[in-house]
Order: sequence, then C-alpha cells, then structure tokens
Amino acid sequence: MRKSISFEINHLQYLDESAKPANDLPEFAKDTDKLVELYDRMQFLRAMDKRAVGLQRIGKMRTYPAALGQEAVGIGAGLALKDTDVLVPYYRGTGMMLSHGIKPHEILLYWGGDERGADYKDPIAAQDFPVAVPIATQILHAAGVATAIKLRGEKRAVMTEIGEGGTSEGEFYEALNVAGVWNLPFVCIVNNNQWAISVPSENQTKAESYAQKAIAAGMDTLQVDGNDIIAVHDASVKAMEKARNGGGPTLIEAICYRLCDHTTADDASRYHDQKVHDKAWEVEPVKRLEDYLKSLGVLDDKAIEAMAKDNKANVEKEVEMYFDILNNQPQPPEAMFDYLYAEVPEKTKPQREEAIRRGAK
Amino acid sequence: MTINILMPALSPTMTEGNIVKWHVKEGDEVNSGDLMAEIETDKATMELEAVDEGIVGKIIHGDGAENVAINTVIAVLLEEGEGKGDIDASTEAPVEQVAPVAQAAPTPQVAVAQTAPISSDPDLTGVETEMVTVREALRDAMAEEMRREENVFLMGEEVAQYQGAYKVSQGLLDEFGDKRVIDTPITEYGFTGLGVGAAFAGLKPIVEFMTFNFSMQAIDHVINSAAKTRYMSGGQIACSIVFRGPNGAASRVGAQHSQNYAPWYSNVPGLIVVAPYSAADAKGMLKSAIRNPNPVVFLENELLYGETGEVPVGDDHLIPLGKARICREGSDVTIVAYSIAVGFALKAAEQLAGEGISAEVIDLRTLRPLDMDTVIASVAKTNRVVVVEEGWPQCSISSEISARLMEEAFDHLDAPVTRVTDADVPMPYAENLEKLALINPEMVVTAVKAVMYKE
Repeated sequence: MRKSISFEINHLQYLDESAKPANDLPEFAKDTDKLVELYDRMQFLRAMDKRAVGLQRIGKMRTYPAALGQEAVGIGAGLALKDTDVLVPYYRGTGMMLSHGIKPHEILLYWGGDERGADYKDPIAAQDFPVAVPIATQILHAAGVATAIKLRGEKRAVMTEIGEGGTSEGEFYEALNVAGVWNLPFVCIVNNNQWAISVPSENQTKAESYAQKAIAAGMDTLQVDGNDIIAVHDASVKAMEKARNGGGPTLIEAICYRLCDHTTADDASRYHDQKVHDKAWEVEPVKRLEDYLKSLGVLDDKAIEAMAKDNKANVEKEVEMYFDILNNQPQPPEAMFDYLYAEVPEKTKPQREEAIRRGAK
Repeated sequence: MTINILMPALSPTMTEGNIVKWHVKEGDEVNSGDLMAEIETDKATMELEAVDEGIVGKIIHGDGAENVAINTVIAVLLEEGEGKGDIDASTEAPVEQVAPVAQAAPTPQVAVAQTAPISSDPDLTGVETEMVTVREALRDAMAEEMRREENVFLMGEEVAQYQGAYKVSQGLLDEFGDKRVIDTPITEYGFTGLGVGAAFAGLKPIVEFMTFNFSMQAIDHVINSAAKTRYMSGGQIACSIVFRGPNGAASRVGAQHSQNYAPWYSNVPGLIVVAPYSAADAKGMLKSAIRNPNPVVFLENELLYGETGEVPVGDDHLIPLGKARICREGSDVTIVAYSIAVGFALKAAEQLAGEGISAEVIDLRTLRPLDMDTVIASVAKTNRVVVVEEGWPQCSISSEISARLMEEAFDHLDAPVTRVTDADVPMPYAENLEKLALINPEMVVTAVKAVMYKE
C-alpha cells in the first residue's frame, strides 16, 4: 500500500541565547568541572587562532583558516571521540583535532607550510587523518574508514566535519547514501557557520536545513545550537555511542556564525552585514558558557582572566615549539622523494641525489 | 636590538599593499597582540598586530602610504633601554637578520617580476597599446565578448559578488547583472555539467574554476561530455564553452593546489587547450576562445595575474588559437615554453646573450593543436632545442614536443632534445623543498649549455 512520507528535524538547545538553561541539562553538564574544562578548551582554541592569524600577518604562517565563533562545534563534537575512534577532519577542524590529541604546534606547523605537521606524534591521534583541503572529499574517506571498521567488526566510530557550503558537492550526498544504506559507524558534523567564503547560506540551498539532506539517505539527523557547547557535545556523544554499537550513522547540523574571515586571505567585512555580524557576537559560544558558569558562581572575572593568561602562555609554548621546528629543523631535500612511494623507485634515485646536491648549496 | 616591523604578505601572491591607518604613534608602548595598523590590498583589509613587546620608535610609512612592497620596513620597535639613536643602524641591517617574512616571498614570483621585455611581438607591431595587467586583460576580454554577444555568461564560485577569488571578474557583476555573472553553490561537478548542458542548448558559458585543481572533480564533464558530444551526435550537438582559471603551481599552496593540468587536457581529442603568457595574448586568446565553436580549456597562471604588459587598445584584439609566437629571435638554440615558463626562458635567454649564446624563445600559447610548424622552422635554423615546462616530466607537453621533433625534425637536430621540468614529486609545501622542486632560469641556462656542448 502506498503511503505519504513526512519528516521532522529536531533542534537541540540546552543553554538559550541568554545563557539560561532551556531544557533539563544532560548528566555531564551537571558536573561543573566538566563545563569548566569545555570552557577552558574553547578559550585555548580562540587564543591559538588569534595568534595564528597574527603570525600570518607578519609572514610567519601560511594561509590559515580560523574557527572564531565555531569553538563549540569543534570542541564539543571532538571531545565525543574516544581513543579508539577515528577523526577525518577538514581545514576548519582545529577544535576537533585538538580534542583528539593532535598537538597545537603540529597544527601550526601544517599551516606554516610543512607536511610534518600532519605526522601526529600522539599515538591516539596518529590514526587520524590530515586535514582535507579539497571540499567534501573527506566525507567519502570517512565513510570508507567506517566501512573498514564495520568489515572488521570493531566497536569504533568515525567522525568527520564539513562546512555547510561543502554539502552542495555531489560527494557529500554520495557519502551519506552509502553511510545510510550500509549502516556505517559514521558521524558527520555540518558546521553551518552561514558563509562559504562570501556566499551566504541562502544562496547555497533552498532547503530549510542542512540536516534534512540526510533524510534522503535514511540517516538519523538533527540540528543543534552550535553556540551551545552542551548541545553540541550531548548530541555528538550520543551519535558516536550509537555508531559504535551498530546503530548506524548520524548527521548533526551545528548552527553557528563565522565571526572570522574565511581564511587569512579573505576579508569578510567586504561582504557581510555588519549588523548581523555584531548580533552574532552577542550569542557566540565562549561567552554563552562563560555567562552560564558565572551565573552559577563557578567562575568569576578573576578566574576567567587567570585562565586566559594560562592559555595565552600555553599557546606561546606551542608557538615556540613550532618556530623551533620551522627554523631549526628544515626538512632535508630527500623528504620529497622518500614519502612518495613505499620505496624510492630506482628511476627516482638520480633525481633524489640531484636534489640533495642542490639543497646543500 | 631594535625590531623592524615589515610590510606583511597577507596572501601568498600579494606583492604590495597600502597602509590605511596606524593605531599606534611613535612613543607608544605595545605588547604582543596589540593592534598596530590596518593594511589594505585589492582583496582585503587586514589588521597588523604586534608580535613583540616594545616602544614604537619610528613609523617609516605613515597613514595612507600606498603600494608599499612586502618586506619593506614600515616601522621600528625599540626594546627596553633603546633610544631613537639605535634606529638607523637596524633599518639598514640585512633583511635575513630581521625578516622571516622575506622567506615567504615566493621564488617564482621574483623571477617573473624581472621578465625580460618581449623584443618583437608581431601581433603588437604598429598598433596603439596600453599597459594592463594579465588580470585586467582577462576581465576586459570577457567584458567585451559579453557586450558583443548576449549568449555569453560567466559562472563559478565567487565570480560575482566577490569579483573572483583572484579578482579576475572585477566589475562584471555591476555591468552585466546576476543573470549573466553567476555565483554557484560549491559544486564543481555540478556547475561544469550544467555549463556543458547550457552550451549544448546554444549558450556560450565561461566556466571559472577557482583553480584548475578543482576541475578534477568535474573532469568527466569536460572530457566525456564537452569534448565528445559533437562527435558522438554525428555533429548535431555543439559545445561552445570556455573552462578557465588559474593553473600550475602558485606559491606555497601545497601538493593538492599546485598542479599543471596542461598535459591532462591536451591529451584529449575534441578539446582546444590554451595557456597564454603575456597580457596581450591573455586578452586576444580569451576573446578567440569565447568565440570559438568548440570547448576550450583556458589555462591561466596565478603568478602572472599581476604582471603588466602591452595590450592593443580597443575591443577587436584577437589572437588566433593554434599559433605559437616567437617572442625572442635567436640563432644558436631554440627554447620552447608556455605559460609561466616563458618568463624563465626569456630570462635565461637574456643571460645567455651576455655569454654570447643567441637563444630563440618560442611561446607555444596553444597546446592543442600544437603549432609544430613554428617550432620546426626554428629548429631548422638553430638545430638545438630545450623545452621548458613548469610541471611534471612524464607524459607532458615537453615530452610531446620531444616526440614530435624526433618524428618530424630528426635530421635538423645536432643534439638530443633536452627538457627542463619540475621534479617528479607532488609539490612540497615546505619552502625549501618547493624551491628545489620548481624550475628556474638557471636550470634553463644549464640545459642550453648542455645542448650547445659548452661546459
């Protein structure tokens, strides 16, 4: 018998725009130490981004994509990964990467123009992927990793991330389709920061949400307030747990606002509406949690300032490690040959020798 | 020691910028992270923050200073215990000591900026010209053809509102409106297939790839749809379309964004493939490409966008596709190149002239069909050939030229055809390795001497 089909997209929020609980908080959010940790990590990411952009301005960093205003998405979702899970990040995924053990100086080194930054030293992070710069390729790779996990019968899951603009690529739909039909342990976070370089969301899709793009793939899907780290983290933890246990894939659309430029080579003030931008600053994620923790009396201005000072100093330590590698440990010329094939082909060896000779000059 | 504040490079291809405003004045104390100044380029306005602590000792380029080259000292910070008297010595200090920024200056850009003038361009003889950048030449070509024919339209990512990711489509949205200058969602496969469909239906799309690296996602439509449908429909369905955008290595953009697709597309029957070097050719060939009834892959180069050259005044400057250009005459050796490599070839030829070697430089301009007649006529005169290509060696334009010379000009050759290409590796992101992977004029000089049996 034929029947009509309808669907609904739920929207999850725990802390409303004025930082007041809008719902009964999930268990983890009743632990104020946990909330302070989330806050601390967001504050660190913001400080690191700020420093990286500053470094680019003085020529000590290549093109850098900051995540200002999107800290809750990266940190909240990234902390849902367990040690055995795999992260397949995209270029604005610094928050997720930091949350899964990738070192800040490694991320700085990568964006500073050195492939060694993708050679993660932490054993947990070592299974994670380099950032995907091509748009949407990572979503299929994540589905591929999830397929491998499923074929091996492991109790692990994969998390990947994409901007809302990237969901227009065919690959995005192709990945969701297989994730759905093969019931893969796959979680896709859509960082809906409203902008794809200069293209606003209303020119990207006519759909009312990005979450509903997963409906056609038969996936579980929802929207969360991307400025509310409690909502992002709660949804992500549940989705990953479900995926690990054979419950299949989930898409989470986290709605936030890109308060920064697309990258350091962009200038958003030339195309965004300043009023909308100013408005977004009023509901941004770090302030949201800060206000809530203040309202509970857990943090005060003094404590916040002390944390900021510590985070700034910690960023500085990482910057120094980055500089040390960049300035004092240049890659030898043979590096570009040595990591191309499993073994250096015979025919490549003369070129390799030539590069070593020229590099020594 | 005083600290020099240098003009920052905001993007990999920026060469100069303007100082909009200083937020500090001489005598102010600054801490790491303090906002110091606003810097402006054609693409962006950016804030410059202090990285070190100190006192602003001197502002060298003040508010409103224009066209300040990157790495220029724009201000000097004094550290504790220093006074104004310390300043002069340090601003004259070697750049290496104070400027990690200098390392960021891309090598190929420097070389190109010093390109030798094209000594005799038959296309420009006896016509009134003006100096324009390659970027403007491309924009003018599109604007003129869009005025000329209603069916021409531009489509791609960031082409309208943003004026092009590399500012090539500046002003087109204002003049032609959003029905003919179209920002697409992020879907290279989508807008390429859609463009091909529109061309099948009789429109003349210009499809911009933000860079040709992104065209890989769309290559099925370029090759299987655009190039073959006329053939497979017995000549019924034409596809007059231009696929254009920057191609090849830019500067420090890593392995996935630094590739030369000329060999890929020139392998395909049904396509015309163009890769101009000069501003005049960029304009004249893009106009010809838009008018051409076939699919044309039009390969630009990001590092050339800012280069200035003579371009004939007026809207009727057309350069025929399929015709190479001798851009420097010579008698001892022929150097064949295209796109950015022409600049290296010309620079090498200039240096060789100083050493008594007369090199003829040929800019292929069109890569499919290849103008072998011009190359062979030159080889008949010089008997020696070096082919220069910013790209990988295997199955490349240079290997094609070598093979064709073997087949068609063997008896003219007094030495093996020699090639100068990039290293056979993905482009390294690291500065020192990228430099080693890319071609340069010195390598051309060395190769020329080898085919001359000198040294």
